[in-house]
Amino acid sequence: MAYQDDIALMSHLMRRAGFGAGRDELEARVAKGYEATVEELLHPETQPPVDAYTLMRYQPAALLPGGQPPMGNVNWMFYLVNTKRPLEEKIALFWHHVFATGNAKVDNYDQLLEQIKLFRDMGMGNYRDLMVELAKNPSMIFWLDNNENHGNAVNENWGRELLELFSMGVGNYTEKDVREASRAFTGWTFETKIPRLPYGRFPWKFEYRPEDHDDGEKEFLGHRGRFNGEDIINIIVQQPACARFVARHLYNFFVADEPQVPAWSIEAPRDPQAIDVLATTFRQSNYDIRSVLRVMFNADFFKNARFQHMKSPAEVVVGTLRLVGNYEIPRPGYGELSMQPSYMGQDLLNPPSVEGWHTGKEWINSGSLMARINFVAELIGDPSLPGVRAIINRLKAKGTLSPEQLVDGCLDLLGPVEVGAETRQELLDQAKEWGPISWDGETKAQTADQRVGEMLQLIVATREYQFA
Amino acid sequence: MAGTQKDPVLVVLQLSGGNDYLNTVIPYNNPLYRDNRPTVGIPDDQILHLDNNYGFHPAMAPLKKIWDEGKLAIMHGVGYANSPRSHFRSMDIWHTCEPDKVGTEGWLGRVAREFDPRKENVITTVSFGPSLFRALSVQGVPVACVAGPLERYGFLPTIQEQTQRLKVLDRFARMYSPMVGSGVMEYLGTTGLDSLKGADILKVAPQKYASTVKYPDTPIARKLRGVAQVHLADLGSRIFYCDHGSFDTHASQNPGHGNLWTAVSEGLDAFMTDLQQHDHADNVIVLLFSEFGRRVHDNGSGTDHGAAGPVFVLGEKVKGGHYGDYPSLKAEDLVQGDLNPNMDFRGVYSTILEKWLKLDPKPIVGGTFEQPAFLN
Repeated sequence: MAYQDDIALMSHLMRRAGFGAGRDELEARVAKGYEATVEELLHPETQPPVDAYTLMRYQPAALLPGGQPPMGNVNWMFYLVNTKRPLEEKIALFWHHVFATGNAKVDNYDQLLEQIKLFRDMGMGNYRDLMVELAKNPSMIFWLDNNENHGNAVNENWGRELLELFSMGVGNYTEKDVREASRAFTGWTFETKIPRLPYGRFPWKFEYRPEDHDDGEKEFLGHRGRFNGEDIINIIVQQPACARFVARHLYNFFVADEPQVPAWSIEAPRDPQAIDVLATTFRQSNYDIRSVLRVMFNADFFKNARFQHMKSPAEVVVGTLRLVGNYEIPRPGYGELSMQPSYMGQDLLNPPSVEGWHTGKEWINSGSLMARINFVAELIGDPSLPGVRAIINRLKAKGTLSPEQLVDGCLDLLGPVEVGAETRQELLDQAKEWGPISWDGETKAQTADQRVGEMLQLIVATREYQFA
Repeated sequence: MAGTQKDPVLVVLQLSGGNDYLNTVIPYNNPLYRDNRPTVGIPDDQILHLDNNYGFHPAMAPLKKIWDEGKLAIMHGVGYANSPRSHFRSMDIWHTCEPDKVGTEGWLGRVAREFDPRKENVITTVSFGPSLFRALSVQGVPVACVAGPLERYGFLPTIQEQTQRLKVLDRFARMYSPMVGSGVMEYLGTTGLDSLKGADILKVAPQKYASTVKYPDTPIARKLRGVAQVHLADLGSRIFYCDHGSFDTHASQNPGHGNLWTAVSEGLDAFMTDLQQHDHADNVIVLLFSEFGRRVHDNGSGTDHGAAGPVFVLGEKVKGGHYGDYPSLKAEDLVQGDLNPNMDFRGVYSTILEKWLKLDPKPIVGGTFEQPAFLN
């Protein structure tokens, strides 16, 4: 069953490093090889970019969405669904989780999309460089009030979150460090904004105001000097706590669900050795995210973590749309589609606070669970969609299907998806009620299509299917 | 404990987008109204006078009728200090009662937890519309979120054929039966089964429903009809939530704002009549609010984000009338060009919590606030 194992492993990689893959794509990638596929994912520049012109043609308001929901979401959804660079989008999502910046306050989708572009462009590069660009990102400056951080009136919001949420985590710095870091970032602001009315939103541009900068001596994490913002970042990235923090975030997003971030100072990682490996790679590679990802995707702890990750609403929606096909073009109705993750509890570009979303099991509540299942089921049960038709055709190629073949065939082609024994028995009992499925003749074929659709719907309704 | 027919019920109708105070409750005798509204001001002969000072927007005739019956309370100048005038942040503040930090628990989620701590009735709270309103959100508290029509509420609604549907849902229930040991799987199991149970209970509501009232064919009227169906079926639901919008009338406020109020007023009229005809109106009040009001001076086509706004509460047991003071329109009294709030929204909530729902408001709204006396 070696080939089948390869398919299963590749499916796992694609779910985590991207948004899943249909059987045709999996077979092509297995032929290329696991390590080679990891390399391709790590080098998105080798694949064509998303065709932004198609987006503009159908949804011109998605170019500069301004304050208009859901056009920011429409823009990003188009990239997520169409990208041939899945890890690039996934890493952008990752950093959006960590450096959570919300439209609730920023009120400017244009700028937030710029931030997402920053995460695409630099998200797999050098973490230190990314942090410097983040500190200069106007959305971030505004979001965390660093434009109100003055030499003669320090505002600690950015300084604090930089240490607490973006680099090291609670327990690895003192209140004095927060203050000193904040002092170092005084003067990091943006050009005076041109008023919105009557022509709409203008771009925001970073501006450093030396006259507003507190140039005095500072003491930060045991170092002394007349530090400016970049110096602070240079000191932070050298800290072991930083390596561990970034490692644990990557683990939580790509490998397996950890407890919520506020508990990290109390609860140890579920796999401390894995965190060590990633943290060491981070330091030894001079903070190169790509290197850490390479080690991570090739590690046994990654390969063995199948279905240990609760899909985020973005993964549920984007994964399904890519699987069933037909939603590549942003036709009318795309707005509603783009809002689906928010109905499941994840309003992209608008996390509820700088802490981001609570992930893992906390994605699930009575409202969101029904939304997730019903969304996927409605699409997966529609044989007219190309991805569903592709599944049906593969099943049909086997001839008449016994109940076991129907169940196992569907589980295989949807993933492969692993389910527990009791769940599989229920699916089997259902299939047995239908009897053998065959496409011999038109009436039988119609029923067969329908039965496959229903079996797929049952599978995506299982608890197990909520995991990636 | 499980609700009975006469337990007090709250229906919340959220006006999403920032409803314009000045064109809803119009201070028609104040010359500053006319001065500040050169484009969107409502013509004098169209305003529905409530008294010598204030009138309703012409689209609100059905609500005027309820006002005349003494069943509509208007709370004036409601808001909170230092409004960010941002839709999402402001709405979050109304939902979580946390103006100064980010709150994650909804005030009505806390209410539901008080009503039903042991989750004996998974449909204590029912919301209509696909959004997961933060006002209702507290970890572990179930909410029946009816995204589409009530008749089709439940898992896998596209499987419509009855016998097949029953089989599939039966399958679903068995697949979700609790497993020992694995925390997350068990949590998924309980959540799934709660939702399934809720759908099972709720499905009798449209079946039991019989009414001569004709609801308008608008999304809000459909949601209110759903609320009526569930309420009239005596299923113990205590909190209902729905929204209408968008009231964010930066441009083309007339006739847009009027259309919104036509839909809301006619929908509410049908809803109240429906409840009255079934003798089920006495234990219900309806709360209408928006995340902020709008700027005093119009922008040539509409109005921009403001601060203070009105809150309406209607019901058989409501003491109709004006509560609080209409904020001053004088330029020197405005804040950033907006009406200055003088009644904290948590005070309005507190009246509802203490006088209607018989709960201690303090832990729910996070403090003690002056309570407008619109309920006995």
